[in-house]
Amino acid sequence: MYRIRMHGRGGQGMKTASRILGTAFFLEGFEVQDAPRYGAERRGAPMFAYVRADRKTIYERGIIVHPDLVVVSDDSLIAMATAGVLTGLTAETPLLICSNREASFYHERYDLKCQVIVFRLPPTTSSRSPRSSSCAGAAAALLGMISPHNLNQAVAQELHTLPSNLLKENQQAARTVFDKLQDFKGIVQRRAKMEIGRPQWLDLPLEVASIAAPIIHAPASSLQMNTGVWRTLRPTIDLEECIACGQCNTYCPDGAISLNTEGKPTIDYDHCKGCLICLAQCPAQAITAQPEQEEVS
Amino acid sequence: MSRTLLTGNGAAAWGARLAQIEYLPAFPITPQTEIIETISAWIDRGDMACRMVTMDSEHSMITAAGAAAATGVRTFTATSSQGLLYGMEMLYAVAGWRVPLVLVNVSRALAAPVTLEPDHNDVLAARDSGFLQIHCATCQEVVDTMLLAYRLSEDKRVRLPVIVNLDGYYLSFTREPVELPTLDIASRFLPAPTIRTDQIQASQPTSQGIAVLGGSQYSYFRYEQHLAALASLSVYEELGREYGELTGRFYSALELYQSEDADTVFVMIGSFATKAKEAVDRLREIDLKVGLVRLCLVRPFPAAELAAALAGKKGVAVIDQNLSMGQGGILFHELTSVLYNRPDRPRVITSYVGGLGGRDISLEDFRGIAEETAQAAKNGHAPPPRLLYTAAELTQMRGLQEIAKTQKNSRGHTL
Ligand code: SF4
Ligand code: SF4
Repeated sequence: MYRIRMHGRGGQGMKTASRILGTAFFLEGFEVQDAPRYGAERRGAPMFAYVRADRKTIYERGIIVHPDLVVVSDDSLIAMATAGVLTGLTAETPLLICSNREASFYHERYDLKCQVIVFRLPPTTSSRSPRSSSCAGAAAALLGMISPHNLNQAVAQELHTLPSNLLKENQQAARTVFDKLQDFKGIVQRRAKMEIGRPQWLDLPLEVASIAAPIIHAPASSLQMNTGVWRTLRPTIDLEECIACGQCNTYCPDGAISLNTEGKPTIDYDHCKGCLICLAQCPAQAITAQPEQEEVS
Repeated sequence: MSRTLLTGNGAAAWGARLAQIEYLPAFPITPQTEIIETISAWIDRGDMACRMVTMDSEHSMITAAGAAAATGVRTFTATSSQGLLYGMEMLYAVAGWRVPLVLVNVSRALAAPVTLEPDHNDVLAARDSGFLQIHCATCQEVVDTMLLAYRLSEDKRVRLPVIVNLDGYYLSFTREPVELPTLDIASRFLPAPTIRTDQIQASQPTSQGIAVLGGSQYSYFRYEQHLAALASLSVYEELGREYGELTGRFYSALELYQSEDADTVFVMIGSFATKAKEAVDRLREIDLKVGLVRLCLVRPFPAAELAAALAGKKGVAVIDQNLSMGQGGILFHELTSVLYNRPDRPRVITSYVGGLGGRDISLEDFRGIAEETAQAAKNGHAPPPRLLYTAAELTQMRGLQEIAKTQKNSRGHTL
């Protein structure tokens, strides 16, 4: 069986990527299972999708803990423990990242033992990047048994609602990435069956309701939840342009903008989710947005 | 017939389409909503001639579904979890009306605490309602079961509503290859709805769901409902064979997997049972002679079939993905009660509760269950019921409790 896990952010198309890959496998005659997993269902929040493919009926279900290939559509997720990108990765598991950086960057930064392969998104004419098709095309190249024809078909099947020019662009993107990664064709290895250990069960003790009831006593514990990591676009305020009207503070749905005594705003980037409502509201056009990417320290 | 990739929700929608449903009252709830979205898009495009109405709650939805079914219209509806419980009063009422109806429940564990992932406490809360219950383990089964459920529900010998259950996430959002019957094959098995002789007609008014006092008539009607539910078992077997002859996919009250020669048998319902099949294959490689018996029907409860499948086994392990507070696993108690009077009953029956709120059941868990049950069979006495829960999980819980300041209130006082 092949087990592939694809990580992205809500809205980046990783569910679609997993479906394209699943359909491509299916067209190659494999039995297939694919599914997305969302936590908080929101754009920008980390999510993943997974694909299983085998020559016989698949009985396994649920989250893939020991993947044969991990695909990441957004490199800022790697550092995020809750995203679980590196969970179950071994030296034999290729890590495929959609990024403009070199593979060596990730090796050094995360002390990775596995092979890291990076690919760039092909340029597009439209505003919607063909990220899902590219990720599926990249994964297909590394897997090695998916033909360009079936990859093309799979993109067409999964994106059949797109206008034909966009569909074509997606098909081209999948193919471009697929061709570029041919040096890595077939490097994904199916994991040998792992030995089944014994469960470390525990007898759950009876505890008093003050402990055992689902109650959070700690005040403002949501501050500990770094929702800023969901952000794909970062708003920046140019204080020179700012006229201290306070609109951004009023409209921010996350209360992530505070005003100082002069009425000038500051953004709390640990909790700004990047919705850009502030940008839309600012009468002085003092707020701009830049794509987030992992900072190089 | 064509084989295509479908989610469990997609398969349920296709089942409704192939059953040529005519009326669909709807109310949204995760993880079921996609079924209704799929069907409503088809209605919009003119692919289905069905009247869809959005309701103000599940209570109204099930009332509308039952009332429409009483007029002879082929009716479908779907819900999950809290939604099923919100409509609970009407489940009992509609079953008492003796009208045919198919309701899909996409299992989702109940609040509190709130979650989206599955277990079976929602659907099992409806086990005494008079709705029959068919539990699916794969997306293929979902589409096939929809057709079987309508035939079963509309059968003169039965005429009871049916719940078709599929697990949230593990089936609802998971795509698998599904062989879709053609409309021709589907309608050979389940003909398009026609005017039924038993429906309400304006020219021949009837009073339904009447009141009775004194208990005697009540007993008659209620016990008749029970007898019809019991009788539906053999009807289901008959239909399962007929469907198999048409499609090559046979259905029965139980699914047996490597159980014939097994010493230890897992008993389960739902999609986690396919994980058990994987476990059976793997554990046999390390010389644990295990098998699986899956209940496809939960109501009626296939008592005789279970007794036959488990006769003479050394050990049986019931894995309940549900929990009856103050009692334990529901299936465990149902199973032991039907086996108690059998001389050939298994030597021990062990009880495990696992997969609550979608918690995974791992191969390690299955190994632990198989070994513990085999050991119990050797000693002749069963260990106490066990929750599948590891030391690592409790350690993680302790970390979260630390953050939640579980032992202190907001002023820092110890509780
Ligand atoms: S983008 Fe602006 S409005 Fe949105 S969360 Fe961040 S600061 Fe608030
Ligand atoms: S809305 Fe714009 S101008 Fe007004 S306070 Fe915010 S940044 Fe300044």
